[in-house]
Amino acid sequence: MPIVDKAGEVAPPRRQRIPLGLLVPAGLGLLFLTFPLVGLLVRAPWTTLPQRLTEPGVLTALLLSLQCATLATVVCVLFGVPLAWLLARVEFPGRRLVRALVTVPLVLPPVVGGVALLLVFGRRGLLGEWLDTTFGITFPFTTTGVVIAEAFVAMPFLIIAVEGALRGADSRFEEAAATLGAGRWTTFTHVTLPLVAPGVAAGAVLCWARALGEFGATITFAGNYPGTTQTMPLAVYLALETDLDAAIVLSLILLTVSVAILAGLRDRWITSP
Amino acid sequence: MTSRWIRITLAALTVAGLSACGDDTKTASPQPSVGSASSAATVTGDVTVFAAASLTESFKTIGKDFEAANPGAKVTFNFAGSSALATQINQGAPADVFASAAPANLKTVTDAGGAEGTGTTFVKNQLVIAVPKGNLKGIKTLADLTKPGVKVALCAEQVPCGAAAKKALDTAGVKITPVTLEQDVKAALAKVKLGEVDAALVYRTDAKAAATDVDGIEFPESAGAINDYPIIVLKKAKNPAGAQAFVAYVLSDKGKAVLTSAGFQAP
Repeated sequence: MPIVDKAGEVAPPRRQRIPLGLLVPAGLGLLFLTFPLVGLLVRAPWTTLPQRLTEPGVLTALLLSLQCATLATVVCVLFGVPLAWLLARVEFPGRRLVRALVTVPLVLPPVVGGVALLLVFGRRGLLGEWLDTTFGITFPFTTTGVVIAEAFVAMPFLIIAVEGALRGADSRFEEAAATLGAGRWTTFTHVTLPLVAPGVAAGAVLCWARALGEFGATITFAGNYPGTTQTMPLAVYLALETDLDAAIVLSLILLTVSVAILAGLRDRWITSP
Repeated sequence: MTSRWIRITLAALTVAGLSACGDDTKTASPQPSVGSASSAATVTGDVTVFAAASLTESFKTIGKDFEAANPGAKVTFNFAGSSALATQINQGAPADVFASAAPANLKTVTDAGGAEGTGTTFVKNQLVIAVPKGNLKGIKTLADLTKPGVKVALCAEQVPCGAAAKKALDTAGVKITPVTLEQDVKAALAKVKLGEVDAALVYRTDAKAAATDVDGIEFPESAGAINDYPIIVLKKAKNPAGAQAFVAYVLSDKGKAVLTSAGFQAP
């Protein structure tokens, strides 16, 4: 990878030896992360692949997955960015506790997260019962339920990334805007947000990837029904019950699509600050 | 910095504690019959038993009894959907005994060379309609599940309880549109317990184990979809003697008594 400076010009490559102490663990780390993928590729039923790809239900589950993960990411950005700003820029009592609470979905086993969501948004849940009796709205077993489950599990990834970006951003720009008479809202929309845009993009990508692979909270909270709540990870799990080859094919489709999208976005959107 | 991590750890521990509490229903077990096994010689060592999710309560009791009768032995269980278990065994998971909720899943293992024969059928199980305690929707028959506004959970067809449900519905000529196809019988039952669905087709034994939250309604069509549960010692068993002894214990009168009190039928 050539080194690119701010003006976009390629700097002359500086030949420096990479320290072995970094190269060896880096290589092992890469192997560890990619070996399972190799396993899938080796074991894939290549001969029957064309028929399997066109099997009914595969495309439905894939489209539903992409749609739900994208919607969940939008929800996470809408609520997560303001929350990250609050955590990074406003001193308030109990801020450390709030920050710890934000990470709860990360440590919570997703299935438990799904049960917790049912206890709140379910038909007999704390809020769900009221929503059902007053407005006739129920979330379990609906596509909205899938989006809720995915957003719950994925939002911490966005918040942590954006908060990190905000803390790393030079707050002098914001102070300058304030001295020039900009209110906090104007400062946020015109100075802060453009400043941390790469961080938001990185967080959104992480968030989207996590939402796309979400299984436990989704199957527990939203259930599993083809066309409405059966996303790819759920389809993979059920295929695994009877047909390992089908499960591998479904996994490969999900991986190919997500890696293609992420690789396509990465260079365009995410420039490391 | 340190206090921040302590807080995070505390939060994590609290959450872990909460999740551990949420599982109390699974430990409800029918009256444990303590006593020594009828088999003369005792066995020792670890016995790893892969058993269908629906056997959770009764096998836990049988495991304790078996350990009491064989002081040197320790039984470890892996409870999951039978098809998931079959996949795990075929992928080399270390198991001594496989107790499946349907012969088809056992066949998956024998076909792959993991065991020989068809195993021994030790119990039969039948489906019932599980409804939340009190049965507010007044469900009495299979046909009631087709009424508008009745939310039904079924097991996915890939798992035995789903296959049995499909068979029962087909023989009854009843067509249901479920709101969800659950990954195993316990997941379907959980949706009933939480009141998210109005009914689910589960095994009689599962409805019985959850009797505090769930009513089980028998329906005649379930006779057409009775599940045989086969048990078998696996070829790669690390403790063949222990595995044989455990299977013998399950088939003994003591084992049968535990299974019958859980709602299973004799084969």
